[in-house]
Amino acid sequence: MSDSVLAFNSIAFHYQTGKKKEAVSIFDGIDFRVNDGEFVSIIGPSGSGKSTIFRLVTGLENPAAGEIFLNGKKTENRLGQVGYMPQQDLLMPWRTIKENAVLPLEIKGMKKAEAESRVLQLLDDFGLKGVEDKYPGDLSGGMRQRVSFLRSILSGSNILLLDEPFSALDAITRLSMQEWLLAQWQKWKKTILFITHDVDEALFLSDRIFVLTGRPNHQLTEVTVPLGRPRTVRDLSRPEVVTLKEQLIDQLRSKELS
Amino acid sequence: MRKLHSYLLSSSLVLVLLVIWEIGAWSYGKSFILPTPSEIAVKLWELREVLIFEHLPATLLIIVIGLAISIIVGFGLAIWMNVSRIAEKAFYPIIISSQTIPIIALAPIFVLWFGYSIWSKVVVTVLITFFPITVSAFDGLRSSDKDLKELMLTMGASKKDLFLKLDVPSAMPSIFSGLKVAVTMSVIGAAIGEWLGAQAGLGYFSRRMMTQFDGAAVFAPIVLLSAVGILLFLLVTVIEKIVLRWRKQV
Repeated sequence: MSDSVLAFNSIAFHYQTGKKKEAVSIFDGIDFRVNDGEFVSIIGPSGSGKSTIFRLVTGLENPAAGEIFLNGKKTENRLGQVGYMPQQDLLMPWRTIKENAVLPLEIKGMKKAEAESRVLQLLDDFGLKGVEDKYPGDLSGGMRQRVSFLRSILSGSNILLLDEPFSALDAITRLSMQEWLLAQWQKWKKTILFITHDVDEALFLSDRIFVLTGRPNHQLTEVTVPLGRPRTVRDLSRPEVVTLKEQLIDQLRSKELS
Repeated sequence: MRKLHSYLLSSSLVLVLLVIWEIGAWSYGKSFILPTPSEIAVKLWELREVLIFEHLPATLLIIVIGLAISIIVGFGLAIWMNVSRIAEKAFYPIIISSQTIPIIALAPIFVLWFGYSIWSKVVVTVLITFFPITVSAFDGLRSSDKDLKELMLTMGASKKDLFLKLDVPSAMPSIFSGLKVAVTMSVIGAAIGEWLGAQAGLGYFSRRMMTQFDGAAVFAPIVLLSAVGILLFLLVTVIEKIVLRWRKQV
């Protein structure tokens, strides 16, 4: 357990829906481990519980059974413990870029002057110099996602959860954001858990890929990406990667039909 | 330049209506019933000192006190209903149904209760302005983004953080809409209150002139009342522009 920063031990979870409060089982005893500094993607058909994993890790939901370990410790109250970057950038439109980035520090109770000077320095590193006093509405989608990523880093956690952060961007911006993300990941030495629909994106970014096997999930399928680092987009056309990609797509498709 | 242009249409329409009124009233020829706009303007100038230094302050005082009470009580109630489900269930239906009570018909009762003091007029003003302020603040507080709330929770936000950093800023646009309605209605409230009985005020003056069959002097304070309403509205708009400067110019 010492090396894994995040572990699920036979986690069970179900949602209650409808008037009769019928329980819809999402997870039925799943286990996984994420190691320090690893980049892990989660793929699966819609409704398979990708986001639910994040809601469990962040502490927005609690498992019906099983244990969640953060940094080797069983953690019951996980709110405020991991950095989370949502699908929409979710920047507050009434706050400037600087004020948005400061939010997690503000909530942690850091002094305003100290928090702001830290943010200003980071904005430079993130290629966001000169926009600190602009409002989110003035920025492009890619820039807003950078601010959102910066905000999740400022949570101070070593674990970052990114929920389809680039799905709303156009293809070219997405590619440059993926490369940018890899650079940031290596620089900050964070552990990243990344949800995506896009098999190419998962293969390009991750060390390992978790495949959700439909509802309820009894176990996760784990795939190790056969690529070293640094990688380029061209590596994705290597035969062993192409084979893997086809396998993954077949797997996702069969689940969607069933 | 563009701004000027956008007012051009409405101001020329007003001008046309004034001209029609002028000609119509002039040919009717009974200025104690229907004075011409130019007669009203002249009367306004003649009475400027009495109106501006004696009656306007009295009316403004009612408006300011009434609005202040409405804002304090309205915001307080909105926050309470936002925090407590029980308070919401208890008060919200009452607040909505209170709007069906014809306040103007009730107003004489307030004179009975509070006499001819300023408070009978303040009560009418409060009852009229209270509703838009409370409901807009409450709906605004409710309008905050659920996803943002969850994001803040993952950052470890407390209830106080959620309220101050999310609910209140989210409510601002709605609060300003409510305030705009409230300030214009506050003028109506104050004028009605004064009609029922007062020793000073623009509404009182207008009514007194009616008993003297001085048509132009009935209208003159009304012009001033409506100017007060417009100015209050513009004041709220200016504050709104400053507070909500992040919003794109509409």
